[in-house]
Formats: sequence, structure tokens, C-alpha cells
Amino acid sequence: MAAAFVLASAPVDEDGVLVDRLRAGDEGAFAELVRRYQPRLLRLAEGTVGRNAGAQEGTQDTWLAVVRGVDRFEGRSSFKTWLFHILLNRARSAQYREQRAGRPDDMVDERFDAGGAWASPPEPWADRADDRLVAAQLADRVQNLLPQLPYAQRQVIVLRDVEGLPPSEVALLLGLTDGNQRVLLHRGRARLRHLLAEEVVPS
Amino acid sequence: MNLRWWRRRRSLVCRQAVALMADYLEGRLEARDRVRLERHLADCPHCSEYLAQLRVTIDALGRAEPSALQDEALDELVALYRGWRADPTDA
Repeated sequence: MAAAFVLASAPVDEDGVLVDRLRAGDEGAFAELVRRYQPRLLRLAEGTVGRNAGAQEGTQDTWLAVVRGVDRFEGRSSFKTWLFHILLNRARSAQYREQRAGRPDDMVDERFDAGGAWASPPEPWADRADDRLVAAQLADRVQNLLPQLPYAQRQVIVLRDVEGLPPSEVALLLGLTDGNQRVLLHRGRARLRHLLAEEVVPS
Repeated sequence: MNLRWWRRRRSLVCRQAVALMADYLEGRLEARDRVRLERHLADCPHCSEYLAQLRVTIDALGRAEPSALQDEALDELVALYRGWRADPTDA
């Protein structure tokens, strides 16, 4: 009974097992990790340097660093976080660092009148996402809208909302203060909400 | 001063409500602000809709799948791996 349960519930190796096999020089384990993480790694790279050859190269450099450094990976973070860490360290460019979070009160833009009430209230559409089909389309659309965000916002959005990493890990990965991370996250979300609304509500 | 001033201080305008939503969504709003925001949301369909749209946006992001890995991309990376295995000092 117990054995059957173990067999049924463990059809794929955990990352840790793959990393151990990679340490032992197992090409199959390398290919499996690439299958699992290259699409996510490339998405993050594109959010860092743009959708160009540099993004692809950045991921190749990262995988080379993985095979070179796998002996030093202690498993204190998840493999995914370690992988992202390598990529971001390599990609940390002047271009990225120049993007400042800005002042928190920039978060609220000119949609309000002098009294602080909505100048033009949001057109209602949120309840349409209750439809599973619409929800799936929105997931598709929002992914395609990511390139319209400034890099700094996009990185935070990808790591937090898309990859689901906790704020503490994102702070370390991007070298951001807590406050800046929140500002970038909220701005990115607000911008994407706006862009989605433009698509959902025909003007 | 007086009552009107006191009430203005206690109740939020939409602009303030939207500014509080970031921390509200993170679950890190102080209890007092949370109560003020929730009170505002109960009375304001526009802000409620705006918050609902933010939630839909976040939910959509959480379900966004990365583009599929191309076979060539996998082959290229495996070739890179083989090259490194053959000569670890090279790469």
C-alpha cells in the first residue's frame, strides 16, 4: 500500500535529485532541468534585457554557470531561485540599475479629480473573468503585455506574480529595498490592469 | 472643526483608497487603515471594481505559462553541456 502510493506519487524526480545527478555528470538530468526551467529563465531574461539575442545568450551563460558551479549549490534556496540568481547577477546592467522606483505618490495618477474622486471611473469587467475561458484568455494576454512594462517593474512582476516567489527572495535577487519592491509591484500591476482593460473594454 | 473635519479625516476619498490597495493586497495594511479601506469599498462600486480588476490581473499573471521550449533550444543547450564536459577549461 505504502509502496504503491510512493510509486504513484513520485513519477518525476524532484529538482534536488536532478541536481545530484547533474553533479555526477548525468546529461539526462541536465536536459530535464533545461526542459523544466529554460522557458522560465528565458522569460526572466527577456524581462531584464529585452527580447533579443542577448536574452538567449544570457540563459546559455547561466546554464554553463550552473554546470560549473553545481558543486557549490547547497540547496539553501530552491534550484529555481539559484538559477534566477545567476542570471540576474550576470545581467545586472547599468540600464537596469538606472531605473529607480520613484516616489510612492507617483503611484496614483491623474485619474482623480481635485477632491480625490474618480474623474473617469473604471468600466466594469472584472466579473467576466469568472468565465473560465475568459480567464484563460486573460492569462494569455497579460503575458503578451509584459514587454510594455519598464524593466524594473517587469522583473518584479515576473518574480512575484508570475513565478510566485516570496517578497524576501525577490528583495535579495533584485537588490531592492522592501519599499521599492512594493512600489514597482503596484505600478506594474496597475499598468497591466490598465492595458488589460483597454483590451477587454472596446473603446 | 469639529465633526466635519473629523469625518473627513476618518473616511477615505477614492484616490486614497486606491493608494492603500497595494498594501491591502499584500495583507500588510495596518488594522486601522484596513477598516477604513473596507468601509470605503463597501460604499464605492468604482473602487470595488478597480480592486477586483487588480485581483483578476494578478490571477492572470499567476496562470501565465512561459512559451514552450523549442527542440532546437534544448539541443543547443545540451550541445553546450557536452562541449563543457569534453573540455571544462574551455567554456
